[in-house]
Amino acid sequence: MHSYVAKPTAPNQDKRWKLVDATIRRQGGQARGLIETLHTVQEAFGYLDEQALRYVAMSLRVPLSRAYGVATFYHFFTLKPAGEHTCVICMGTACYIKGAPQLLDAVQRDLGIVPGETTPDKKVSLLTARCLGSCGLAPAVVYDQEVSGKVVTSAIREHLKKWTHA
Amino acid sequence: MTPEELDQIAESEREEQSRFTERVHVCVAAGCLSCQSQSVKDSLDQEVARRGAKDHCQIKGVGCMGLCSEGPLVSTNVASTGAGVLYKKVEAADSPAILDSLAGNPVERLICRTDVPFFQRQKKIVLENSGVIDPERVEDYIAANGYTALIKVLTEMSPREVIDEVTRSGLRGRGGAGYPTGLKWSTVSKSVGTQKYVVCNADEGDPGAFMDRSVLESDPHRVLEGMLIAGYAVGASEAYIYVRAEYPLAIKRLRNAIRQAERVGLLGSNICGTRFSFRIDLRLGAGAFVCGEETALIASVEGKRGMPRPRPPYPAMEGLFGQPTLINNVETYANIAPIIRNGGGWYAQIGTEKSKGTKVFALAGRVENTGLVEVPMGISLREMVFEIGGGIPEGRKFKAVQTGGPSGGCLPSECLDMPVDYESLAKAGSIMGSGGMIVMDESSCMVDVAKFFMDFCMTESCGKCIPCRVGTYQMHRILTAIGNMTATEQDMKVLAELCDLLKHTSLCGLGQSAPNPVVSTLKSFADEYRAHIEEHRCPAGVCGAQPAAERETA
Repeated sequence: MHSYVAKPTAPNQDKRWKLVDATIRRQGGQARGLIETLHTVQEAFGYLDEQALRYVAMSLRVPLSRAYGVATFYHFFTLKPAGEHTCVICMGTACYIKGAPQLLDAVQRDLGIVPGETTPDKKVSLLTARCLGSCGLAPAVVYDQEVSGKVVTSAIREHLKKWTHA
Repeated sequence: MTPEELDQIAESEREEQSRFTERVHVCVAAGCLSCQSQSVKDSLDQEVARRGAKDHCQIKGVGCMGLCSEGPLVSTNVASTGAGVLYKKVEAADSPAILDSLAGNPVERLICRTDVPFFQRQKKIVLENSGVIDPERVEDYIAANGYTALIKVLTEMSPREVIDEVTRSGLRGRGGAGYPTGLKWSTVSKSVGTQKYVVCNADEGDPGAFMDRSVLESDPHRVLEGMLIAGYAVGASEAYIYVRAEYPLAIKRLRNAIRQAERVGLLGSNICGTRFSFRIDLRLGAGAFVCGEETALIASVEGKRGMPRPRPPYPAMEGLFGQPTLINNVETYANIAPIIRNGGGWYAQIGTEKSKGTKVFALAGRVENTGLVEVPMGISLREMVFEIGGGIPEGRKFKAVQTGGPSGGCLPSECLDMPVDYESLAKAGSIMGSGGMIVMDESSCMVDVAKFFMDFCMTESCGKCIPCRVGTYQMHRILTAIGNMTATEQDMKVLAELCDLLKHTSLCGLGQSAPNPVVSTLKSFADEYRAHIEEHRCPAGVCGAQPAAERETA
């Protein structure tokens, strides 16, 4: 049955689905393109919601369970929308021994959230990274895509204050 | 593309470059970019334009120059005198002073000395173009003898001869395990399949390692050339580079490099008018450490969850899409072109008897000079840490050096005079790994470090086999108890048993090597474990009573 189903139409009129469709086409609509397609969805929409997972699964003709399985297996994919700003604290070895845990503690206490969560006002999402490869500049923090090196507790607090009070 | 056309590109590029009597190179690899090196480059560009010096003064963005902790780095060179100067911690406002210095005296306050061991003790093969060429222009790579090895292979050598040359070089896999590269190529070339694949493992997952990232950002064509040669040698026509999505700059430069190579006809159909065709495509990893394991990586390239499967069959027989597949690491491919150009014998002269050539290390942690270094195999750990690394800052005492990431171990000061090669590291209870080298001083607690790595392995375990899934969890629980000063002697016995169990019964390398950090710290720092259990104190003052938040970062 499955294989006779025509390619589904996009969930809505959002132009960003065109990007997703382009990736699906480039992968020949084959199951092997699943991760690449999810990357495109996340890049375009910021996260993967159920609607997107259903659409991708249908388009590539894989069970929804497999799309969901892949989306939850990899750390890079997120099923929840991120806040206005994102703060990523690197917890790689070099950063760890140079004080990243203390940075994380301070931020957790200031914001009242743990990694993977977003503040209730949707201003800041807190994430940790396994290693950014900026070990020469440990401890490293990424504020909205911008890597900052040799970060101290006071600096990260200062930066977050700007976001939360803005 | 014919050999003559390649020569022509190299010629005209060299001619173009010789127009410039003054050169200023700005590092635009990730490390320096995060210290605002782009604004330094922009301001230099503007200043040169303002002075109307564009015709003889070149401002070029280049790859990593190594000393990341002192970035942004800028190097200058005046053709007439041959005088070169390296500047550190440059800011955009320094541009006029740097341009002034080209005609006169160097800017004293910014000078970064290059007559120190950090620069002098290195031997650059993989990184020879890093910090020299513009990673975003194929012409610059070609002018630096790029793709001549590929042409040589396609026009003068049979696949068998290529494999023999690689075998003669003694090159071993730089991803960590150290499997002889020539042997792997030979196995894949003998395997039978309708379609063979070449895969580049650029899923640099070890925390504390950034060598591959630097190579990809600084010299992407070098990796492509290595893959092309590998493809010719084993009879593959399709290739994938599996790169971490966390490395956006490396991805951008790779995409750009692939496009350029296709444009000039070095990738695609009938390369150089031969029957050899080769395509390279990128696949983005999505943040799973286990995908560094080759069978898990293959599953991920196929669009599935990155879970390993039992070997054999090895990927060399049945790999990607069930076909024979050659998987090598970024640094391994980056070694290929120089081996072909200079011969396997030349490469085999460097290093030790069993570990040939050079190795790139990412030096980080509690050490004065952090950054990227390439050294001959067999150099001692002491030279690495105290000469190249410049020793421990703030007059503190050296405690251990960690190699091999979560699969490696912590080597104490007794091991400092040991040579750095595959066998010696393994004998001491660690591994070469992909090249992360993290120095720790007395402020680090080894129990805490072991817990850190166990936490990593526990989270990264894919969950397929039970020893790894449950064992890492149990080990982490015991290590946490030790850190909280609540562990008992019985816990220590269980911990030792679990080390043995995981090592021998896990499905893949992740689980098999997960106990390594514990085993090695138990061996060399047993007194620290005892202090936690018997005296309920942490010698380094990291674990237990003091709430971590009250300590300020260093």
